Amino acid sequence: MRYYLDFEKKLEQYERRLTEIKKFYDVNDPHYAKEVDSITRRIAKIEKEVYGELTNWQKSQISRHLNRPHTLDYINALFTDFTELHGDRRFKDDTALIGGFARFEGTGVAVIGHQKGKDVREMAYRNFGMAHPEGYRKALRVMDMADRWGKPIITFIDTPGAFPGIGAEERGQAEAIASCIFFMFSLNVPVITIVIGEGGSGGALAIGVGNRVLMLEHATYSVISPEGCAAILWRDGTKGPIAAEALKPTSDELLKLGVIDEIIKEPFGGAHRNWDVTFTNTKDTLSRNLKALMGIPGEELKKQRYEKFRNMGIFEEGKS
Amino acid sequence: MGFFRKKEKEIKPHKQIDIQREIKKAEKDESLWIKCSSCQELLYRKEVERNLHVCPKCYYHFPVSTETRISLIFEKNSFVELYGKIRPVDFLKFKDTKPYKARLIETQESTKRLDAMVCGKGKIKDIEVYAAIFDFSFMGGSLGSVVGEKVTRILEDGTREKKPVLVFCASGGARMQEGIMSLMQMSKVSGAIYRLKSLGIPYITVLTDPTLGGVTASMGMLGDIIIAEPKAMIGFAGPRVIKDTIKEELPSGFQRAEFLLEHGMIDMILPRKELKQGIYRILSLIL
Repeated sequence: MRYYLDFEKKLEQYERRLTEIKKFYDVNDPHYAKEVDSITRRIAKIEKEVYGELTNWQKSQISRHLNRPHTLDYINALFTDFTELHGDRRFKDDTALIGGFARFEGTGVAVIGHQKGKDVREMAYRNFGMAHPEGYRKALRVMDMADRWGKPIITFIDTPGAFPGIGAEERGQAEAIASCIFFMFSLNVPVITIVIGEGGSGGALAIGVGNRVLMLEHATYSVISPEGCAAILWRDGTKGPIAAEALKPTSDELLKLGVIDEIIKEPFGGAHRNWDVTFTNTKDTLSRNLKALMGIPGEELKKQRYEKFRNMGIFEEGKS
Repeated sequence: MGFFRKKEKEIKPHKQIDIQREIKKAEKDESLWIKCSSCQELLYRKEVERNLHVCPKCYYHFPVSTETRISLIFEKNSFVELYGKIRPVDFLKFKDTKPYKARLIETQESTKRLDAMVCGKGKIKDIEVYAAIFDFSFMGGSLGSVVGEKVTRILEDGTREKKPVLVFCASGGARMQEGIMSLMQMSKVSGAIYRLKSLGIPYITVLTDPTLGGVTASMGMLGDIIIAEPKAMIGFAGPRVIKDTIKEELPSGFQRAEFLLEHGMIDMILPRKELKQGIYRILSLIL
C-alpha cells in the first residue's frame, strides 16, 4: 500500500493512474503510451515542486515514511544467509531490535538494527521500533559474539527512541543503553553504523558507536524527536516543525558537525520513491567503508573509535 | 480490635516533579520559606539548610549547590577545581522561547558559573579522588558539550593518575539546545569510562535528585558502584513522557531511589549525612 505524506498528496492521483494503466492496459497501445508519457512528465514536474526544497520538518517526516525501507528490507537486499538470533537470555525477545549473523559480499558479519513495521499490525508487533532493555541486551550479546569470533558489526539505526514505559524503567532501560554504548568501545572488530531512517536519542546511540557512521540523505539523527523537544521547550507538542528547524537533525548538518562520516545519496524525493537505487547506493558505500576497515588491527580500531567520539563537542576554552 | 483502631499509616504519593519548574525554582528562589517538592510541607529555609538540605518532615533530599556538595564530601580546602575556563557555544543558533545564547548569558550571570559542571581533584579523608559534580541550578544540569568535555577530562585524569573517579549526578538529561552534540557526549563520556575501568580503576557514581535521560543512560548507570540519595528521582524517560505514552497512572514511588534499589539497579541508598563516610568506606575497601 502506497502511503502519501500531506505534502506529497499532489502526486497521489497521477501515480495511482499510472499504476492503473500499467496494470490493466497495454502500454504499447499508442493511446495509453501517450497518456503514460504525459503523466510521467507531469509527475516529474510535481516531484520537483514537492521535493525541490525540503524543510527539516519534511525531512523528519520522510525519515519515518511508512514506505521507507526498514532494517529487514536492507538485510534482505544487501545480505545473504541472514540468521536471526533471538532473546537476551534474561527476560525475553525484543522484536523492536533485531540481530544476527549474515553474509555481506561473501564476508560473515553481525547485523543489528531497529525494526519498524509497515502496517498497523507489524508496527504493533515491532513496538514501532522502540526497544525495551531486552533489545539492547540482545544487541550486546550479538556484539560480544561478533567480537570474539572476529566478525565485523553492521548496525542499522531506525527508531523514535527507546521505549518509555514502566516495565522498561523497572528492568533498567538506562543501564541497558549505557552498557551497550560502553561495550561498543571495547570491540576489536570493525563497526559500521548506518542511520537509515529516524535516529532518535539514546535508543539510537546505543548501537551507534561505529568506526564509521554513515547516514542516508533524508534520515534524521537527533537527541530528541522534534515533537518531544517541542513538548518540553515550547510546552506544545504541535510545535514540531519549529523544533525540527532548531534541532537541525539532517544529514548535511550532521556531516558539517563531524557526527557522521558520509552521506548515502537517496533517489530524488527519498528512499521510499525507489528502493533499488537506495539499496545500490547503500551497498556501494558500505562495501567501500568495510573494505577500508578490514585490514586494521583490533587495538587500532578501538583507538580510532575512541578518538572519533572523544573529539565530539563544541566549546570554547579560555586560558586558565 | 480496640475502639481506637490504629489507622494504617498513609503513604502519600510523591508529587510528579516538573523538571522545568524545578530548574526555575532552583535558579532564583531566595525567600525565607520553601516548599518541599516531595511532601509539599512549608519549611523554614534556614532549618532545611542546617539539616544538610534535607526535608525534616519527609526526608526528601533537596538538590544542593556544588559548593555545599564539595564541603560535604571533601576535606576542607582540599578540593582544587580543574578546567574551570571551558565555556559553552551556541553553535546551532538554537532558539526556543528564547535564544540559547541569551539563555546562557542570563544563566551564567545568575549562577556565576560558565556551565552546569564543576570538576576537580580533592581528598576524602586521606584518599585522593577526581570528581565531577553536576550543578542542577544551571539549566537543569543538562548534558552539553562543556559538561561532557569536563567529565571526560576528569575521567582521563583519573585514568592517567590511577585515581578513582566520582561523579555526582543531578541532571534533567541531555541539553536539547545543543542538538545531536549533546547526544554524542553520552558516547564520549562512556568511552572515557571504558578506558578508566579497563585499567581496574574504581568508578563510583552518586545519583541525586533528579538524574534522568542521557545522564542516567551513560555515566550514571555505568558506575562500578552506584549510590543514590534517598527519594532521588532516577530514570531514563521522564515520568511525564511515560505517562503520555502508556496513558496510565504511574505506580507510587516509581523511579525513586528506593524503587531502583528494589529492582536491583543501584547498590545502596545513603542519606546525605552518611554519604562521605560511605564513600570513604567503599574506597578504603577496594583500593
